[in-house]
Amino acid sequence: MDLQIALLLGQDGITNGAIYALLSLALVLVFAVTRVIFIPQGEFVAFGALTLASFQAGKTPGTLWLLIGAGVLVALVDISLALRSGMARKIPRIVGWNLVYPAAAAAVVFLLKPNELPLLAQVVLVLALVVPLGPMLYRLAFQPLAEASVLVLLIVSVAVHLALVGLGLLFFGAEGSRTPAFSDASFDWGVMTVTGQTLWVVGASLLLIVVLAVFFERTIYGKALRATAMNRTGARLMGISTVMAGKLSFLLAALIGAFSGVLIAPITTVYYDTGFLIGLKGFVGAIVGGLASYPIAAAGAILVGLLESFSSFWASAFKEVIVFTLIIPVLVWRSLTTHHVEEDE
Amino acid sequence: MPPRLLLAGFLGLLLIAPLAVSEFHVTLLNYIGLYALVALGLVLLTGVGGLTSFGQAAFVGLGAYTSAYLSTAQSLPGWLAPLGGSPWIGLVVGLVVTALVAFVLGLLTLRLSGHYLPLGTIAWGISLYFLFGNLEFLGGHTGMSGIPALSLFGLELKDGRKFYYVIWAVVLGAVWLTQNLLDSREGRAIRALKGGVVMAEAMGVDTARSKVVIFLIAALFACISGWLYAHLQRFVNPTPFGLGIGIEYLFMAVVGGAAHVWGALIGAGVITILKQWLQDWLPKLLGASGNFEVIVFGVMMIFVLQRARDGLWPILTRFIPQREAKREVPDGEALPKKPVPESGQVLLEAKNVFKRFGGLVANNNMSLTVKAGEVMALIGPNGAGKSTMFNCVSGVDSASEGEVLFRGSAVTGLNSRQIAKLGMSRTFQHVRLLPTMTVLENVAIGGHLRGSKGVLPALLHLDRAEEARLLAEAARQVERVGLKDSMFEPAGSLALGQQRTMEIARALCADPCLLLLDEPAAGLRYLEKQSLAELLRKLRGEGMGILLVEHDMDFVMGLADRVVVMEFGEKIAEGMPEEVQRDPAVMEAYLGGVD
Repeated sequence: MDLQIALLLGQDGITNGAIYALLSLALVLVFAVTRVIFIPQGEFVAFGALTLASFQAGKTPGTLWLLIGAGVLVALVDISLALRSGMARKIPRIVGWNLVYPAAAAAVVFLLKPNELPLLAQVVLVLALVVPLGPMLYRLAFQPLAEASVLVLLIVSVAVHLALVGLGLLFFGAEGSRTPAFSDASFDWGVMTVTGQTLWVVGASLLLIVVLAVFFERTIYGKALRATAMNRTGARLMGISTVMAGKLSFLLAALIGAFSGVLIAPITTVYYDTGFLIGLKGFVGAIVGGLASYPIAAAGAILVGLLESFSSFWASAFKEVIVFTLIIPVLVWRSLTTHHVEEDE
Repeated sequence: MPPRLLLAGFLGLLLIAPLAVSEFHVTLLNYIGLYALVALGLVLLTGVGGLTSFGQAAFVGLGAYTSAYLSTAQSLPGWLAPLGGSPWIGLVVGLVVTALVAFVLGLLTLRLSGHYLPLGTIAWGISLYFLFGNLEFLGGHTGMSGIPALSLFGLELKDGRKFYYVIWAVVLGAVWLTQNLLDSREGRAIRALKGGVVMAEAMGVDTARSKVVIFLIAALFACISGWLYAHLQRFVNPTPFGLGIGIEYLFMAVVGGAAHVWGALIGAGVITILKQWLQDWLPKLLGASGNFEVIVFGVMMIFVLQRARDGLWPILTRFIPQREAKREVPDGEALPKKPVPESGQVLLEAKNVFKRFGGLVANNNMSLTVKAGEVMALIGPNGAGKSTMFNCVSGVDSASEGEVLFRGSAVTGLNSRQIAKLGMSRTFQHVRLLPTMTVLENVAIGGHLRGSKGVLPALLHLDRAEEARLLAEAARQVERVGLKDSMFEPAGSLALGQQRTMEIARALCADPCLLLLDEPAAGLRYLEKQSLAELLRKLRGEGMGILLVEHDMDFVMGLADRVVVMEFGEKIAEGMPEEVQRDPAVMEAYLGGVD
């Protein structure tokens, strides 16, 4: 290996690592607020990428049907609940978010020709279709179990992952897609050539991280999420709705996931089930941070990206084995450094 | 229909099934058996022990690949050559390899807390899967074929109908072993893992060891399933050992009823048949090919966990009359007792104990002694640091500074298990019991250190004599504290006061010479308090030392020989009850100062 290859691998590693870092932040956020270990994070990545690819290919993306279906289910559940508890005044709001919004989204997709729109508009449309799936998912799968143990929530999480992978196959088919690069530019800095795509990914990831930081530090909703993460009961006593916090954290996770999907779509061919391994690599990063620290999780994710790109050079067949075996020493280290008497129910 | 008849009917059906149904259905039943074996391991691991694993398929793969490799490879390396050729040697080697891998993985991941373990299992589940697919000598992703059929007593089991009997004999054998294990001293320790770790450790149970034991057993069941699979299919590739299948195994256990041995069979049956059926119909229905059954499985799983978290088995058993639980008081020879220390001998001596939580000093230079044959009361207002002192003495927590001597030797730094072994037994301020186990079984956990039969005798039911003596001892202690009428009730159904009393029986079952009671009278009615005081007086008369934390002054003053009063982590008074009651510092602590 010479310097040039090392720099190339390093660049690759950092590009992927930046995306893993975004995902690891989402995982830490969801776990801290809802105690859900969000295995389906990767499916949002795949849905984001595949939806963008569908737009560019001039096809109607399957996520539209998913959005409509999930909206109908949520509306059915919530309306029947509202009627039974005599809260009929909630119904317009329920209908608005879960039936009218998906219908409006469908109208936009059918009326505008998304493949003729500029990239930025396409990305906005992708997010508009994929992101609402996050809170809907929370409503259907997790909200009824909000007080269950972490392990039960984890099993539900795995179940949701399976269902979403199956739906991904149903709506997008078994073929993979890759979108054109955002930019064909490349810059030569000495021996290193940096592609425009790399700069896009790293820049967009950094931007999103800054936006999230501002959201958590400066806005009332960000503070409400942080309060819920620190102490659920305490936050609830202060009038913060844990249901709202749960939905909001899932919304952010879906946003981060879909956005990562848009970023990764030009780098690698995305299949309906690609998201899982990508999400898990974000996980390794999140676990390095103990599912609690954002900066350490992000650093861990970058490390995973680098490890992956260098091991794909030396032992490409064993790339996944190496990346996922890394988690074990990390877990051991974590268990040695956290001291608490365990008493799970 | 009585359950025994139902079981006999089930076994009869199993016996004649292959004669009556088509080849296809025999194959299906064979697979149900293979999956049930893995799910059974998960019942033990997840349902009973509370440890979730998504990685069992990897152990199935280890069993399958080991035997496949040893029985097909043309040119084994020299040192492996004597092991080649026979599936039976393959089984033994597979078990050894699986046990080794599981032991190492267990050591690494079982010490992890809560949710880290399942995440670890996902990671090594993926690692092992990719390893199977990328190792040349295991045939890579194409796999290995030409695996020989099993032969048993010269009979070659080439056909599914014959293999059927082997598979189901193994499954039923495993069910028998698991049930035996759960109904034993080791089994109670395993059942305590879910929600009773601190308590079990204080009763002398090595919970880390119990975790490794169930992890190993679950892995070995999976390995045997893999071995059977390899010689039934006579072909292996990595696909059935991936993470997806590992998740499916867990679903089987959860859907069937993860806390019940028979739930594994139900779950394996339901999921396998459903999968078969969905794989036939869904692609036709949706007009595309693919594994769409995962959508249904995912949704079904969410539904089960939201609506019927205990799975199908408890729902089914509602329709089956339950066998009347054993209600006879167990009888057995008395267990040997440790010699009682001479009355007046110092049992416990805490010298200058400090305990700091960050900046908070919960115990500030605390000293106290307890002698054999006396009741020593530790009193003080709420938050004075009494329970912290208790935890430092009993090893649940360790003191930041200072020394604790028990019967003359230092116990500072020992954990609660080691201290229990020395003859100190305790109850908890916040009751710690296993609510679904009977009072008798809960109390029998206290006797853990007085038995010695391990996992193997328990699996094979060779521990019955000792088990009878343990249960008889537990029954005597239950009677002694006056809970005879509730002996067979689930401990969770008792009133709080009775639960505290049960904890005393559990502590007594350990045959201690020093008893640590944390607020034993809280929640008791007047008469119950009197009989508790009576019991403690009797124990004192027998030479037991008792350290008591209590708020009820009448109870304490009528019972204690000496009293230590704490406030803000410090000792403010010590002496006979009457002296302490007259002490101005104590009066100020309790009643407030008179300006």
